[in-house]
Amino acid sequence: MAVHNIIESVNLALKEEMKRDDRVIVLGEDVGVNGGVFRATIGLLEEFGDNRVIDTPLSENGIVAGALGMAVNGLRPVAEIQFMGFVYYILNHIICHAARLRNRTRGRITAPLVIRVPYGAGIRAPEHHSESTEALFTQIPGIKVVVPSTPKDTKGLLTSAIRDPDTVIFLEPKRIYRAIKEDIPEEEYTIPLGKARMVKEGKDITVICWGAMVRVVETVSEEAEKENIDIEIIDLRTLSPLDKDTIITSVEKTGRALVVHEAPKTCGLGAEIVALINEKALLSLNAPVLRVTGQDIAVPLAKGEDYYIPSVDRILQGLKKIINF
Amino acid sequence: MLIDEYDPLKNKRLQILDENGNVNSELEPKIEKKDLIEIYKYMVLSRIADEKAFALQREGRIGTYPPLKGHEAVQIGSAFAMNKNDWLFPVYRDMGAMLVMGVPLDLIFLYWMGNENGCRFPEGTNVFPIAIPVGSQISLGMGFSWASKLKKEKAVTLISFGDGATSAIDFHDGLNFAGVFKTPTVFLCINNQWAISVPRTKQSASKTLAQKAIGYGFNGIQVDGNDILAVYAVTKEAVDRANKGDGPTLIEAVTYRMGDHTTADDASRYRSEKEIDEWRGKDPIARFKSYLGSKQIWNKNFEKETRKEAEDLVDEAVKKAEAEPPPDIEDFFKYTYAEMPWHIKEELEELKESLKE
Ligand SMILES: Cc1ncc(C[n+]2csc(CCOP(=O)(O)OP(=O)(O)O)c2C)c(N)n1
Ligand SMILES: [Mg+2]
Repeated sequence: MAVHNIIESVNLALKEEMKRDDRVIVLGEDVGVNGGVFRATIGLLEEFGDNRVIDTPLSENGIVAGALGMAVNGLRPVAEIQFMGFVYYILNHIICHAARLRNRTRGRITAPLVIRVPYGAGIRAPEHHSESTEALFTQIPGIKVVVPSTPKDTKGLLTSAIRDPDTVIFLEPKRIYRAIKEDIPEEEYTIPLGKARMVKEGKDITVICWGAMVRVVETVSEEAEKENIDIEIIDLRTLSPLDKDTIITSVEKTGRALVVHEAPKTCGLGAEIVALINEKALLSLNAPVLRVTGQDIAVPLAKGEDYYIPSVDRILQGLKKIINF
Repeated sequence: MLIDEYDPLKNKRLQILDENGNVNSELEPKIEKKDLIEIYKYMVLSRIADEKAFALQREGRIGTYPPLKGHEAVQIGSAFAMNKNDWLFPVYRDMGAMLVMGVPLDLIFLYWMGNENGCRFPEGTNVFPIAIPVGSQISLGMGFSWASKLKKEKAVTLISFGDGATSAIDFHDGLNFAGVFKTPTVFLCINNQWAISVPRTKQSASKTLAQKAIGYGFNGIQVDGNDILAVYAVTKEAVDRANKGDGPTLIEAVTYRMGDHTTADDASRYRSEKEIDEWRGKDPIARFKSYLGSKQIWNKNFEKETRKEAEDLVDEAVKKAEAEPPPDIEDFFKYTYAEMPWHIKEELEELKESLKE
């Protein structure tokens, strides 16, 4: 065991998988000599050479189209997009090709490709560097979407993503890249995609969250305890496909649920989760399921981003609305 | 005509004022004395404002900032060559060009401090907000200039972008449409040799970036980007051509990013001190200074006054930006649509309520 933060865990998973499988290659802007703008790929060029760690020209479309072609042709590319604000350039290839190849060819051609994307607000970054638009991807059939919230999960989930037979969008909560450290097993391990993590069991209300919001909800839980509200916290880990069983079992137990996410509320993933609970567990509910999310506005610049990101106070406010219903 | 003569395929690069201050008098543009002084003042102001922004970032008074040091000739020279009706679509590093175009310095600081009000330029300022998604201004700015043509207005759009941006899909779209529709556009590629850690040679296998224009059916020209006379002359010619209906031009200004990519970058990880030193010897301000010296405009006293004036302007701008109250909470919501829909109103109310408690 050794102590690592999230960004180091990304690096460890890449390194291990590259050692294990020489089809795994890393490509993107500044991933080689510079080791990535967040240093996720540091040391990889030195260890694996520039045939497997590739600094590309500045085009997200080019990076992902290229990686997709490589995936089709037998490699296991892991592409890096520097910030989620620049991920929109890749949508065409993801929607029109990566997501459909398996279906179009009736299973003959597939796209085992990982796209790593740091996402989210909270680091006082410039404009277009704070987006959290995961729902754009969860809406696409054929694509998996994964978001870790701890160093240990990061390594296990990224390893699984690289080994997965389908395209995985791997969203990294950059706000907590270096905020959490924990012991991580030295040996290789995987954490299955599609399985949520029970962060804390509780009896009064289920709070469903992911990524950087998990830590905020943990703080909320401590606050709520002072008022005798016992929260059950679910970290989804995989946003698509959802872990229906964990969500529904929990809601059936607590009878109440709140979804917390950074993305704007309207048509965010929260809407899907609420719909799922309605479809599967309506009669277990003692109160409507609510959402505490980013607002339906552009993510404000540094001076305003704290208004946007769900705060402990806003989440508590939502909790109480449900409890006092 | 410079643009016809300096064919990038023939390895030609326009230079008028060389590194030692020698002038090619045949090509020397005629610039009035008062304008020469103005140009120098803007160069000095840009550099001092840039150094200030960097220092403010280190003190935690401003957010991530992209230094412009080394770009003074490209930015000031090109902006000076534009006419009153022309528009600039700047890249994030373009503070100098924006100042020439009339964007108040305090607003530029305010923006980098993370306040949206810094992005609302005064009426009559022909400057689009800076582009952060690299290259997106190239196609968008082309559309703006296309409209000028369709509306039969005499206005040129100058779009500036980096060497890295030539790899963006928008570069293709912008130049292709501009060629097809003969739009009044000047594409100014500021080739500063690096796109964060990726060197120019890895960005494109093309020998020059200027020659890419040829594939789109119009002229490209390479110019010494640290030579303000050359930048000015070639931009002026490109603007005049566009105004006459002769369509777009691609200018590749060869220069160097003297600083880190941004305050969040550490360029020593990927480039050598020796390379930076070489370019230090080609400093655009020093070169123009010696030109002004040969014209009996520059002397020590003039330098002192110019610097003092610039320092005062910068101090005032910082004061003003820092005195600006934080943005009004409603402002984050009310510009989403012309009219605020019910759900955004509700979200605003919820936020206000949570702040009360
Ligand atoms: C579409 C997009 N991808 C990535 C980035 C991150 N990024 C910001 S600047 C930059 C390099 C740009 O280089 P260049 O165009 O040469 O301009 P320079 O910074 O050198 O002035 C990168 C990769 C971005 N802002 N936009
Ligand atoms: Mg560059």
